[in-house]
Amino acid sequence: MQVEGLRVDIPTPMGMLHAVRGVDLALEAGETLCLVGESGCGKSLSALALMGLLPRAARRSLSRFSFAGEDLQRAGERRMGDLRGNRIAMIFQEPMTSLNPSWSIGNQLEEGWLRHRGGSTALARERALHLLERVGITGATSRLGQYPHQLSGGLRQRVMIAMALMCEPALMIADEPTTALDVTVQAQILHLLKELQREFGMGLILITHDLGIVARVADRVAVMYAGEIVEQGPVARLFSHPSHPYTRGLLDCIPVPGRLAPGERLGTIPGVVSPPIGALHGCQFRNRCSEAEDACATRAFELRELSGGQRLRCRLAAT
Amino acid sequence: MLQYALKRAVLALLVALTVSLVCFLLVNLSTDVATAMAGEGATAETIDAIRTQYGFDRPLAVQYFEWLGRATLGNFGDSLYFRTPVAALVLQRMPTTMILGASALGFALALSIPLGVIAALKPNSWIDRLTLTIAVVGQAMPSFWFALLLMYLFGVTLQLLPISGGDTWLHFILPAIALGYYAAPAIMRLTRSGMLEVLESDYIRTARAKGLRNTSVLFKHALRNAVAPVVALAAVQLGFLLGGSVVIETIFALNGLGYLAWEAISHNDFPVVQAVVLLISLVYIVLTLLADIANAWLDPRIRIG
Repeated sequence: MQVEGLRVDIPTPMGMLHAVRGVDLALEAGETLCLVGESGCGKSLSALALMGLLPRAARRSLSRFSFAGEDLQRAGERRMGDLRGNRIAMIFQEPMTSLNPSWSIGNQLEEGWLRHRGGSTALARERALHLLERVGITGATSRLGQYPHQLSGGLRQRVMIAMALMCEPALMIADEPTTALDVTVQAQILHLLKELQREFGMGLILITHDLGIVARVADRVAVMYAGEIVEQGPVARLFSHPSHPYTRGLLDCIPVPGRLAPGERLGTIPGVVSPPIGALHGCQFRNRCSEAEDACATRAFELRELSGGQRLRCRLAAT
Repeated sequence: MLQYALKRAVLALLVALTVSLVCFLLVNLSTDVATAMAGEGATAETIDAIRTQYGFDRPLAVQYFEWLGRATLGNFGDSLYFRTPVAALVLQRMPTTMILGASALGFALALSIPLGVIAALKPNSWIDRLTLTIAVVGQAMPSFWFALLLMYLFGVTLQLLPISGGDTWLHFILPAIALGYYAAPAIMRLTRSGMLEVLESDYIRTARAKGLRNTSVLFKHALRNAVAPVVALAAVQLGFLLGGSVVIETIFALNGLGYLAWEAISHNDFPVVQAVVLLISLVYIVLTLLADIANAWLDPRIRIG
């Protein structure tokens, strides 16, 4: 999959919110890309934009969008509907509310298959049963007849994953799939996702704000800030040579045993993300940045190639 | 499911008993039944004689249980005005009102649910504003006035539909519209707000992420969740419609329960009033019970606790 120049604009009473500003993404089959950033940095909206699931008010534009050799830049709702849940699947942050309370698990698993593959309900049921077992749900046969409220959060997320896998997608987008779950369950779900990815040879875009998760699952990482990618590169390179002050700040926020002396404070990034509304100049991170200079307020920085496949959008890359 | 339904049924029975008590007390406290029975211009001796003969001088509690006992067996005594058994009178009038109530509710649902859905799909569009206008006008306009307008337009000016009596199904069209229009706005607004809320929900996004067609997302995933509160409201509205049928039946000269109630009230025919009030209340209770069960069927969270 290749995406270039992805923009998402949302009109608000305070002016145009440039939620995603010229994001380029590329993903090979079987590869895992992590989108990292704070809440409100545009990572979820980028994913929804690729799915064609943006909120009604939001406007999307792209200069290039190709997927499995097909040009989707001008693909209409009909074509995207054929791909969604079929070639591209998505799972969400909130397993508690992402399933329809009124329909049984089995019904909700089967309907995607029936929509894309047609055929008999029995066949769809067989597939649903197989996948429920595959995602580690015991007593899958009886689960098919159960309703979402009878399942725990972890189980529901497994159901969501099984649902996404129904038609063997080539790409799975997971939007903070473990944020709402217990820590022990988080690890299981991540492990399951990686395993399934290998088994199905899927591309995986994982959206998270947890760098611990990134370190475990990612091949490549893109760090987003205020709707832009500020740094990207292979995961090992990014963790060993974090170059953007924001990336460094994020890494300092992770507690690592032995790194800090007792009593020493864990790093924080001061301030909050200011929403990118209206006409924007310079680097959006400058107000929270310890390396900021006057030039950061006016100059627009490009993503510049560093060594080892790493790219950086910062004045530090220019010098 | 069965257990839930039984629990609801027991509750409904308790409510029905309470209603019967209220219904009995209201009549006995608002008029002196012996005077009413004796009719106008009766002497004090006649009234006293009636009081002793029918046992109206006994404690109210005794009278209540006696009345309740007979009522359970379908015996409501004789009408003071029609001089016939109340039960037969009520049974004879009931079908008309049931047909009117059902068709009025049918009209209200057929009008308000589609409009509510359309309004929710295009919030703040001209069609949304139009439905809002219909809703406001519907709530504000008294039903008797709307009934007269309908009669004038379709009965007198266009001469399309009969405006008086209940001989054919054509006779029920205007009364059903007049009565149902009154219930439509509340259902419409609830459908709209329910749909708006549901369409924003995560599971609708999931349904769309599966690539489901819009019709499937809308009807299978959204509407079913949005109409659950509408079912409960429709039952309540039908109760109001039964009450409203007193006015509408009188205007359209439909010989139903409402018309009977009006006649009975104006003639101080208390056995009939008691029976009609009790019957309408019972219908209302049964409807609420049915709505609860329908809700349980729609929403598995109620069904499987």
